[in-house]
Amino acid sequence: MTMEEKTLFTVAVFAENHVGLMNQLSIILTRRCINMESISASRCSIPDVSKVTFTCYSDRPTMDKIVKQIERRIDVLRAFLYTDDDLVYQEVALYKVPTARLLDEEHLEEIIRCHGARILEITRDNTIIEKTGHSDETEALFEELKRYDIRQFVRSGRVAITKSPVEHVDRFLREQEDRRMRVNEI
Amino acid sequence: MEKKITGAEALIKSLIAEGVDRVFGYPGGAIIPVYDKLYDYTDSLTHVLVRHEQGAIHAAQGYARVSGRTGVVIVTSGPAATNVMTGLSDAMMDSTPLVVITGQVYASLLGSDAFQETDVVGITQPITKWAIQVRKAEDIPSVVARAFHIANTGRPGPVVIDIAKNAQTDMVDDKPYHKCSYIRSYIPMPDIPEADLRRAADIINAAERPMLISGHGVMISGAENALLEMAEKADIPVATTLLGLSTIPSAHRLNKGLVGMHGNIGPNWNTNRADVIVAVGMRFDDRVTGDVRRYAPQARIVHIDIDASEFNKNIPAVATIHGDARHALEGLLPMIRPKRHDKWLASFDRCEHIEYEQVERLALGEGAPSDGPLCMGEVARKVSEAAGPDGVLVTDVGQNQLLSARYFNYCKPRSIITSGGLGTMGFGLPAAIGAKMAAPERPVCIFCGDGGFQMTMQELGTIMQYGTAVKIIILNNDYLGNVRQWQAMFYDNRFSQTPMVNPDFIAIARAYGIEAENVERRDELEPAIRRMMDCTGPYLLNVRVDERDMVFPMTPGGEAVDYILLDENTVYSDKDNQ
Repeated sequence: MTMEEKTLFTVAVFAENHVGLMNQLSIILTRRCINMESISASRCSIPDVSKVTFTCYSDRPTMDKIVKQIERRIDVLRAFLYTDDDLVYQEVALYKVPTARLLDEEHLEEIIRCHGARILEITRDNTIIEKTGHSDETEALFEELKRYDIRQFVRSGRVAITKSPVEHVDRFLREQEDRRMRVNEI
Repeated sequence: MEKKITGAEALIKSLIAEGVDRVFGYPGGAIIPVYDKLYDYTDSLTHVLVRHEQGAIHAAQGYARVSGRTGVVIVTSGPAATNVMTGLSDAMMDSTPLVVITGQVYASLLGSDAFQETDVVGITQPITKWAIQVRKAEDIPSVVARAFHIANTGRPGPVVIDIAKNAQTDMVDDKPYHKCSYIRSYIPMPDIPEADLRRAADIINAAERPMLISGHGVMISGAENALLEMAEKADIPVATTLLGLSTIPSAHRLNKGLVGMHGNIGPNWNTNRADVIVAVGMRFDDRVTGDVRRYAPQARIVHIDIDASEFNKNIPAVATIHGDARHALEGLLPMIRPKRHDKWLASFDRCEHIEYEQVERLALGEGAPSDGPLCMGEVARKVSEAAGPDGVLVTDVGQNQLLSARYFNYCKPRSIITSGGLGTMGFGLPAAIGAKMAAPERPVCIFCGDGGFQMTMQELGTIMQYGTAVKIIILNNDYLGNVRQWQAMFYDNRFSQTPMVNPDFIAIARAYGIEAENVERRDELEPAIRRMMDCTGPYLLNVRVDERDMVFPMTPGGEAVDYILLDENTVYSDKDNQ
């Protein structure tokens, strides 16, 4: 299957914050020869739970299996599969360009404003610009800034929050709490 | 104030509190503190000293699979840890509960390429249910409790506990041990929704040509009786996977044999004729399905499994029941309506008749000259008859496995131990040691080839040391027989690296004080088996078998499940049995 036929999926994993969690996720992809496009990990609203969000190109049946394999890991509470429509998501990109080149440019202010970017730092040598948005938006600014000789460019992994009114992990934890009570009764 | 003990002693006390009375292992530098404490607990904890760490883990697998209890392994760091990898992978594939304890270098040395340091957690995560490193003595009891809970609940599997040396020697309070019964991120026993049972029952009740496939999950959950009740109530033929053998007695009228590449004709042929297939605790391995696109396209598949990741992994199901096989079948039973399927069952009889005439008679050496070379199948059948209803079959991997598994008679559950998923040559001999130790009252017979036997034959030393009364049958053809079969069938008889020059196995066995004899001719077989079974100790039979002997029926890899070879040139077909 070519890249064009694949969809970009976002997987959100809620897991206990144990050493080796990333390895457990990555081996599931390695086995199936799938590359992560982006990844981000952080704490989430639930105490002691880490949220890992990664994206990759694949097809739905493969991704369904991958998510089940992830959920099978003991340290994982739940894992969810999304496409872009299900999510509100953002990425952060930073650009380092030579200050001298930028100062020669009369449209600089316009570029920054029209891309919704902002300047984080200006030194005699370099200017650091920040832009938050979807990949195509940060990419567009990259294209625009190219002519000023971008010295460094970096883009974060995707952070995403679901549009759904139901908080599935909360429900999972409530059900597990019931289970814990039942087990203790026995 | 509570008494202080070392982490090593806390480990041993934790194991005892978990009900462990036997461990398999091999000492070494990074685990010496544990072995030192073991010396004080020999009354309550028996340690079996193997000859190679691979032997320890396979023995623990045999022990676990015959008893249902968790097998425990203790080895040191580095090379000892890497030597158990094959067993971990095997146990993961075959859902075997193990707790494997590896020593590790001092926590302060981790990551420094210290002597005998290896990244145990990193390399075992893909092949274990759970792997954890312990760097502090006080963590040992709670980690052990979690490990046992994880290993032997849900879909069982191997767990690794990697214990840094300082955690073994540091002092810790001697607190009462608490077993673990709950982990926030883990659901070992899912509740089965009534609606899922109802949906499955409706499909089964509507079936005209139903077939049950009983897998390892039936044995693990102890669902044999429920399975049989359901089969009898609705008159459903039962097939088994390789690891599902012995979940239904061989002689039962509804047992239609083995599915898969070297399965029986009936269940394989009828897989593509059934209207409903109820798969219980099995995972549609490629050796079971053949070409998945041509696997039971006409059938509505009901899949029962405790591991949700198995659903729709290889074969799509129209109904799934996520849960323990016994609970699922017991829940289904009252919903299943009594029924008869005489015509459908008769279609299996037709297959059985042809299989007997064209395959089995040959494999069982019927009508063959009494002074001629033996077939592997007949050796298995004769040993099985001599072992009786309590007999446990342990196999190595290859032709010896496929033929002994087929021709052994199973009378009670947990009567076969074989490396199914990973197909580990060398598994058999050590697994038999563990099996015999777990079930000393049962005759344990291990079949292996001359190749696989030599992969782990150092464990004859373990058999000698403990007098473990296993009955070893080498089906010796001086070839790597299964590869030879493929070379004969698909590679133009180019026997590349399959002929083997073998040592005098009798001399080897006797060097270990194990009684042994050669069997060359058909008429020597039965008296030799009798002597072997009468002997109270271990015994080795080196049976000369014909290297041209092949395993049939066979569905070659990539073919449809009902493309069945009866010999090298004959494809099964039956116009009147469609």
